[in-house]
Amino acid sequence: MGRVLLVDGIHDLGGMQGFGAVGHSPAEPVFRRRWEAVARALLVVVAGAVEASGGEFRHSIERMEPGHYLTSSYYEHWLTAAATLAVEHGLVTRAELEARAGGRFPLSGPVLAPPVVDAGPDVGTPRFGVGDRVRVREWHPPGHTRCPGYVRGKAGTVVRVDGIHSVPDIEAHGAARRREPTYSVRFDAADLWRDGQRGVWVHADLWDSYLERS
Amino acid sequence: MSAEGHHPAPVSPVEQRVAALEALLTERGLVPEGFIEEITRRYESEIGPMNGAKVVARAWVDPQYKQRLLAGATAAIAELGFGGPEGDHMVVVENTPGIHNVIVCTLCSCYPWPVLGLPPAWYKDPPYRARMVREPRTVLAEMGCPLPSETEIRVWDSSAEVRYLVLPERPPGTAGMTEAELARLVTRDSMIGVARL
Repeated sequence: MGRVLLVDGIHDLGGMQGFGAVGHSPAEPVFRRRWEAVARALLVVVAGAVEASGGEFRHSIERMEPGHYLTSSYYEHWLTAAATLAVEHGLVTRAELEARAGGRFPLSGPVLAPPVVDAGPDVGTPRFGVGDRVRVREWHPPGHTRCPGYVRGKAGTVVRVDGIHSVPDIEAHGAARRREPTYSVRFDAADLWRDGQRGVWVHADLWDSYLERS
Repeated sequence: MSAEGHHPAPVSPVEQRVAALEALLTERGLVPEGFIEEITRRYESEIGPMNGAKVVARAWVDPQYKQRLLAGATAAIAELGFGGPEGDHMVVVENTPGIHNVIVCTLCSCYPWPVLGLPPAWYKDPPYRARMVREPRTVLAEMGCPLPSETEIRVWDSSAEVRYLVLPERPPGTAGMTEAELARLVTRDSMIGVARL
């Protein structure tokens, strides 16, 4: 067995410190440049052609080189994801892309997690109901997950049960699927951060297998 | 093609990369004729915050609609003709004098496309995603939305399949307005929760 890389993706930004003011504008064009619209359309083209699941698509962005991720716009993320999926599924080669672009074409890094072969049985019945106290599992998967790092190990209260959905951690890594309930879980900001602000509730939407009874 | 003198702005590396991928996929027959123009047109003129504004205005004037919206947002929004990708599992959260809601996606860029369109750049950039869950009072104040310290803030991180829309409070002094007039008062930012009306 190879080295297990216990790394959390650069995309998992909730609570990270050191970022400055939000570059807010009350209104802006949907596409500031034509290339943004083209990148957006090409992602639809590629995701459709390779039948990428939502999990596989998101993971292709999350595997971007961290410096590139933080210094490029989201439309560039989508371009990088589209090109990465196109190369990984054999639609085009990296050499072709770089020849056409006349220079380097950065793609996302390789998938580190092994393929999921056995997804296990679906969970059809919610284990938790509104008002239940739950704790988020403390773990650092090498592949895709939709469990934000800032809630791991933290306890909260279920405020909504949202139906049964495919687990992204599984669908991102092969053809296997498992479906589970998702819940909206309410956390007191004071439980999430030592410097949590008063009177603030933060809600994260979490799959069943991310949770244990608290 | 050859009119360099008329186009002094150099093509940026990212534009060259987009053009490269577009050309290769087009040569392989994967890009339907007119597809890029169609996507651009839809998101520039049909799908945007004007749709969410209609939902909000309807909820302000029709208490029964508001009830349906808060109890089952996807179906209530579909009554006005809006739905589709990133809008299949909608939840509407209501602001009151003592409660302020705000939406974020810390992991990527999840956003309710059918009612708000594509997200603005700042919503997808690291400062908003990193800070809104940790210091929402500060970020809201910086963005021009200071809240009294006794106002409860509810932050909703769109980390699974649900997409959120904030139902802002109806502004004072609007009693005589029509639904269409009210809809024109509703801003994108008020439905994300980074502004009050």
